[in-house]
Amino acid sequence: MGAQIRVYRQKIASTSSMKKIFKAMELIATSRVGKARVRAQGATPYAEAITRAVSAVASHQEVEHVLTDQVTEPKRAAVLIMTSDRGLAGAYSVNALKHSESLVARLQGQGVEVRPYLYGRKAKAFYDFRSREYDGVWTGSTESPDSDQARDIAQKLVDRFVQPVDEGGVDELYLVYTQFKSMMTQEPTVRRLLPLSVVEDEDSEAGQLPLYEFEPSAEEVLDALLPRYIESRIFTATLEASASELASRQKAMKSAADNADELIREYTLLRNNARQAEITQELTELIAGADALAS
Amino acid sequence: MAVLDVQVVATDHAVWTGEAKSIRGRTKEGDIGILPGHTPVLAVLVEGELVIEPVEGPALTATVSGGFFSVDSDKVTVVADDADLTNGT
Repeated sequence: MGAQIRVYRQKIASTSSMKKIFKAMELIATSRVGKARVRAQGATPYAEAITRAVSAVASHQEVEHVLTDQVTEPKRAAVLIMTSDRGLAGAYSVNALKHSESLVARLQGQGVEVRPYLYGRKAKAFYDFRSREYDGVWTGSTESPDSDQARDIAQKLVDRFVQPVDEGGVDELYLVYTQFKSMMTQEPTVRRLLPLSVVEDEDSEAGQLPLYEFEPSAEEVLDALLPRYIESRIFTATLEASASELASRQKAMKSAADNADELIREYTLLRNNARQAEITQELTELIAGADALAS
Repeated sequence: MAVLDVQVVATDHAVWTGEAKSIRGRTKEGDIGILPGHTPVLAVLVEGELVIEPVEGPALTATVSGGFFSVDSDKVTVVADDADLTNGT
């Protein structure tokens, strides 16, 4: 009987120490999510300015450029998948990977060869475990993305895109990341970055974009703009993904701490039961012994 | 008198916003100066100095390492890869 009490005590002790860890991680995630959102907002003016400029140039029909030409029959597509480095974030990485899987399946159904690019250790583990190939991987900074890494990613992807398809280049570029809607909702999203699907939806009310003069020329402006545009899109996506990751982690840790509370309550009840049973048994034995002596 | 509504942004933060009398930057083909009423322009900046003359106060100089800027009905948006703002001149 005593053994059972000990087992329950151990379980209570380990659950409460885990609870402490969950609580601490929840607090850390909460404080970081605020910072991540501020960073994401800090990058917004740049992203907006560059998007406006790109739409302005791209809406000039006479401009022909590799990065804007629509391909009628794409042969190969690059897919950049953004997950987290660490687990303990609920279904965050799994959801992003699920979305990427359905995108890959859809592309392959259309006869497009898919070249995956991975961001985050979880995506790498997912591909390694299934011994699938991938063309690029970036890990180590999903919680606080830096712009240098975004530049590197953008550079590699744009280079790949500019390459002719016969030499291993890609026709399309997709991005799978988790959109940060609010603290409660984060949504895995698929975006096609290239070729540009011209003009964001926002300027429906702004109507016509002004007719710009280009300096030195439309082509050169586009040359300079588009890598920056891709970089900015990727950077904003990493920032948003990190905010989503932290929000998911906070949620996951909160429910883990709640569950730990419940477990502790359950084990405490069981422990008390076991203790009471032991006392009752001892009493019964004592009384039985005394009775035996008395008679 | 008309003024320019200027916004200077770097990759991850806004650098400067305000009203200015004129703005000067360096493009591939040489320096370009913008005054109020300029025709819409989209230009690529190369490494160099960006000089902003605000409506009030001394001129501002920013060192940019490339980027571009757009002018559209007196609204100027400078998008720099990296901009260091220094008060001076």
